[in-house]
Amino acid sequence: MAAAARFFIRGAPFKLPVSGVGTGAQSSFEATLLKLSPNSNSRTKTQRRHAAHFTFQPDPVPTQYGPTQKMNLFQSVTSALDNTLASDPTAVIFGEDVAFGGVFRCTVGLRDKYGKDRVFNTPLCEQGIVGFGIGAAVAGATAIAEIQFADYIYPAFDQIVNEAAKYRYRSGNLFDCGNLTIRAPWGCVGHGSLYHSQSPEAFFAHCPGIKVVIPRSPVQAKGLLLACIADQNPCIFFEPKILYRAAVEQVPVEPYTIPLSQAEILQEGSDVTLVAWGTQIHVMREVANMAQEKLGVSCELIDLQTILPWDTETVCKSVVKTGRLLISHEAPITGGFAAEISSTVQEECFLNLEAPIKDDQLLNPRQGPSSGSPGLHHLSFSSSFIQSVERGQEKTLC
Amino acid sequence: MKNMLTIISNALCRITGRNVGAQTVSELLIDLSEYVNVTSPAAAPAALAQAQRQPPKPPPPVGTRAPAAQLVIAQTDQLDPPGTRVVVSRSFADFTSQATFDIKKCDVHRLEEGPPLKAELTREQGLQYYRVMQTVRRMELKADQLYKQKIIRGFCHLYDGQEACAVGIEAAINPSDHLITAYRAHGYTYTRGIAVKEILAELTGRRGGVAKGKGGSMHMYAPHFYGGNGIVGAQVPLGAGIALACQYQGNNQVCVALYGDGAANQGQLFESFNMAALWKLPCIFTCENNQYGMGTSVERASASTDYYKRGDFIPGIRVDGMDVLCVREAFKFAAEHCRSGKGPIVIELKTYRYHGHSMSDPGVSYRTREEIQEVRSKSDPITMLKERMLSNNMASVEEFKEIDIAIRKEVEEAAQYATSDPEPPLEELCNHIFSNDSPLEVRGTNPWARLKSVS
Repeated sequence: MAAAARFFIRGAPFKLPVSGVGTGAQSSFEATLLKLSPNSNSRTKTQRRHAAHFTFQPDPVPTQYGPTQKMNLFQSVTSALDNTLASDPTAVIFGEDVAFGGVFRCTVGLRDKYGKDRVFNTPLCEQGIVGFGIGAAVAGATAIAEIQFADYIYPAFDQIVNEAAKYRYRSGNLFDCGNLTIRAPWGCVGHGSLYHSQSPEAFFAHCPGIKVVIPRSPVQAKGLLLACIADQNPCIFFEPKILYRAAVEQVPVEPYTIPLSQAEILQEGSDVTLVAWGTQIHVMREVANMAQEKLGVSCELIDLQTILPWDTETVCKSVVKTGRLLISHEAPITGGFAAEISSTVQEECFLNLEAPIKDDQLLNPRQGPSSGSPGLHHLSFSSSFIQSVERGQEKTLC
Repeated sequence: MKNMLTIISNALCRITGRNVGAQTVSELLIDLSEYVNVTSPAAAPAALAQAQRQPPKPPPPVGTRAPAAQLVIAQTDQLDPPGTRVVVSRSFADFTSQATFDIKKCDVHRLEEGPPLKAELTREQGLQYYRVMQTVRRMELKADQLYKQKIIRGFCHLYDGQEACAVGIEAAINPSDHLITAYRAHGYTYTRGIAVKEILAELTGRRGGVAKGKGGSMHMYAPHFYGGNGIVGAQVPLGAGIALACQYQGNNQVCVALYGDGAANQGQLFESFNMAALWKLPCIFTCENNQYGMGTSVERASASTDYYKRGDFIPGIRVDGMDVLCVREAFKFAAEHCRSGKGPIVIELKTYRYHGHSMSDPGVSYRTREEIQEVRSKSDPITMLKERMLSNNMASVEEFKEIDIAIRKEVEEAAQYATSDPEPPLEELCNHIFSNDSPLEVRGTNPWARLKSVS
């Protein structure tokens, strides 16, 4: 907390411009993030404010899917959509501003390549977009709907939960909208505040009938998105918007799928299991390294990937091995998805647990209320978080 | 003579970087006065004062123009601090105190007659509207500047070009009436009574901001001004609800619920229209049609671009949103309509924004620079009002200049305040989540962070 408090000590008012200071120091700041202890204040306030709270760590290049190409997250999404439109003549992509390429460039070039009847804009109406998508899917088209920000998905909540999720069940398998995939940018981005930063996966986890998937990197994104499109259930695919440009990997050009409902163990360990998804995986990677270096704690890191239905087996097996669990996510703690994981794990692995399960959370329960005040927003994007996770390790391990 | 004018104005263009050259001496002086103080001491040649006083007359002979330039240059050395400057003395009897202007006829839907075709404007009113519009304009441009310097972060949606809407509405309704709008809210925050420095401090996220630095650009509020809402279209049902409260309490107030051309396609709007019409709520639904919903032009988003007709069973008026008098008369008409118990009304304000949708949008990928320039030169709301007043001798060029200078100073000071004010303290992070008597404990980012929420 002391480190966080230092953010708010305003020095002399600085004159303009500050852009040079901020951007230039970013890379060095990220590199020094790990080494800096929370009590150090050698960095200037401006540098601290403008750096990301994590460093993206690419996965090793996959060799089993054919030739690869360097892509960032939005390009890997474009690649997946390109593959889909090429192989499936019924596929259509629609949403707000997708025709020119999308506000995050995820659909660049697709309209020119496949025509304006397959990639088209909708007016500003989320409920209409999803409802329309359900209809198109039920009638047999592969419908890929884009909601411009996950924060705007709530007008469509009724359509998703009441119409899409329950279609197969209430029609006795006569009809289904399995051809529907909804994509939305997700998660905090530093300056998004209340309405461009939300992680609503917990709201949808409460609803049987849909699948909720969150990738951590371009390779995962393309494989999981193609799996969602192929899956015969309506899927919601949340794309961490902060990774759109920041995450760059070698991604296979050909289509490939990564199985849904399978968690991936990124790092084997013996002392504690860390579970996360999306952007948080990269934070947890750093945490795992820090824990190993400073405390000699060996962490097993699991990427959940599919939130609903989630891979209970992998997580429980891991907890049986380590005896300790720490779950971390960006969304608010109360009722967040970590609560569901905790509940299931304590039920399945009660006798194997050495310590209570810890839910850790990136942003405070108010989900980043303070856009107007970047200092407050960046409270969590700092070494104080890692410090707290360190303490979490200590507490969980004692 | 004309060559001399052209030479000087070309030189001026090079200095100022502007495209449009001065056509008359008065315009030239107006342009020059941006850079130097053109007010002359009592000893000024009478010719200069004459030239300034009657703009429509042909330019004076060459002889006086040279001294004018010299005078202007000389003035820079003698700039006195404000207050001690000697202004060309003229009595107010020289000015027309009131004039009537013809305004455009409004298209109407389901109405026998629309707002009047003539608007009266007093000198005081004119100067007041000018002052407010110019303040909003300068404030938005300052916000643009601060954003580019990264002092303002996050999202910032600027209102310049649309000032006549905010000012016209405010001129027509009472401070006790209610107003709610979407995220392009800085102008309305000002017209509803919040000082420029509080607005800028909110943009920079400091504790002096109108929402204590925790709301930012899209969340500014004031008495009888309900924001400031980020989700497109979500504010309209709220507006209908406010109108219901007015009706229920019988206080003869109305609610102006604003939305944009993009939001006009949201389902919740039509739900609000239905409820308002059914229960005859005193709600003025106002579509600020600035032709583009983010990057999508109205033709590409809406099956019907007659937004004033979209209320279907609700009467509607389409208004020239670049003319502050037109807006004022329309809203007077609409407020009267609502207050007399006839139910809601829809107003479409045809307006234009010079900036892009937000600061991350250059604003030229979906429209041409020529289009923006054309609107700026032909329909700029501030210029239109100024020209009207000048050509009817309701004010002088110097007066406008003084107002401009005062506003510039105010905005500069506000920006200074906004950059130097401290950020909100950490203790305020979780305040006002719920309403609670004793402080509520809130879980922080880690299990040992115990934050307090006071409300």
